Amino acid sequence: MPDSVKLTVNGATVEVPAGAMVATAVAVAGVSAYRRSVSGEPRGPLCGMGICFECRVTIDGRAHCRSCQVVCRPGMEVRTDG
Amino acid sequence: MADREFDVVVVGAGPAGLTASCRAAECGRQVAVLDDNPLPGGQIWRGASKEAAAWMRRAERLGVEWMTGARVFDSPEPQKLAVETFEGDWRIAYRSLILATGARERFLPFPGWTLPNVMGAGGLQALAKCALPVAGKRVVIAGSGPLLLAVARYMKTHGADVRLIAEQASQAAVMRFALSCPPGKLMQAISLRAGLFGIAYRTGCWPVSAQGKHRLESVTLRTADGRTWTEACDYLACGFGLVPNLELAALLGCRISRSGVDVDEFQETSAAGVFAAGEATGIGGLELSLVEGEIAGYAAGGNAERAKALFSARASHRRFAKALEKAFALRAELRDLPRPDTFLCRCEDVTFERVGACSNWREAKLHTRCGMGPCQGRICGGAAEFLLGWSAESVRPPVLPARVGSMSR
Repeated sequence: MPDSVKLTVNGATVEVPAGAMVATAVAVAGVSAYRRSVSGEPRGPLCGMGICFECRVTIDGRAHCRSCQVVCRPGMEVRTDG
Repeated sequence: MADREFDVVVVGAGPAGLTASCRAAECGRQVAVLDDNPLPGGQIWRGASKEAAAWMRRAERLGVEWMTGARVFDSPEPQKLAVETFEGDWRIAYRSLILATGARERFLPFPGWTLPNVMGAGGLQALAKCALPVAGKRVVIAGSGPLLLAVARYMKTHGADVRLIAEQASQAAVMRFALSCPPGKLMQAISLRAGLFGIAYRTGCWPVSAQGKHRLESVTLRTADGRTWTEACDYLACGFGLVPNLELAALLGCRISRSGVDVDEFQETSAAGVFAAGEATGIGGLELSLVEGEIAGYAAGGNAERAKALFSARASHRRFAKALEKAFALRAELRDLPRPDTFLCRCEDVTFERVGACSNWREAKLHTRCGMGPCQGRICGGAAEFLLGWSAESVRPPVLPARVGSMSR
């Protein structure tokens, strides 16, 4: 297995260690607002374990994925809504 | 029609789920483990943990089947679970079920708690274990319980600049707890403390607000003697103890008491054939989870004698759990943390003032949408329980958000 994985976050390429979660890749890309709340606040991960749904992003076109529960795969396209 | 059938299905692949699945399989049962997370090990054994790897190797040798990234969202009929993964959805049938659903952190609202980079203590650690870079980051760790120390040590060994550990419990309570620990636990605590050399551990201290424009920039803390000051930081890792994950147990009609799922001496719940083990039965830590999982696994596997042999070990770990609960009880001042305009429900952005104007959880849901968002009250529920004395009244499927196609089968 390769040591690192390349994927894109909002079009920018990022490289993370193999096994990293999408939430990690978003942070490595320098993005802290993963989504906007219903009243427009920027939000990022809170629980880190799939409970709070604050870290939702769009992965390969699928909306509302919990980025803390999805392992990065090569070529994934991640979009934040922040 | 079920897609797959097993003698024993275990929900949760943390310590309790791993020991339960191995023991049930040793009794000759066909066993499957379902877990929401992408890898087995639960939260405490998240990432590359030797202990988890050893139990997983044993489970694999015994023929235990794994289904990770699997959310159990319903029980559409008796002895059957509806499960969704990224790829699709399944119906899994069982003769016996073991709930090892673990716990989540309790979060309490304070001004600024919704800012990006204000995270749970276990939450920040979970992401750091999945390669979130923390080297050189200024981290304040706050809240309550032994988890804060473990997180501090993890952050420090990974190069973070841990500015402070703020423990809300008083020094007297923490000391009494340390002295009541069995020798093994005390040694764990002492080695943890030694590993924290150079990090300030303040008891009777808690966060009152977080500040930042687009993300966290600083946190303001207060001590029991009234001192208040502000620390600049990149992350605030803040959790006020743990609360058990009870949604699935409630859906299955298991009786639930104040501390968790009620179980008999064989870890069987009030629902026949449904067992529960680990933090879901009440917060008790790793060792208690392991032994409860073993007992549940043997009992579900039909070997009562093997289960009974573990009762005395369980009793001593339960005494430790009681001491833990008493020492790290949350202080009343924390009820004053939220201001009227602080969001209590982060999914629906409902303020504390609006929720507090209601008289119970149901009314708050109906009138304000508090607890009606994607987390379905998993975050604000623990806060409302402490702040307002409310508990959730009922659970309805789906217990986790699921695709319409998965539910309509």
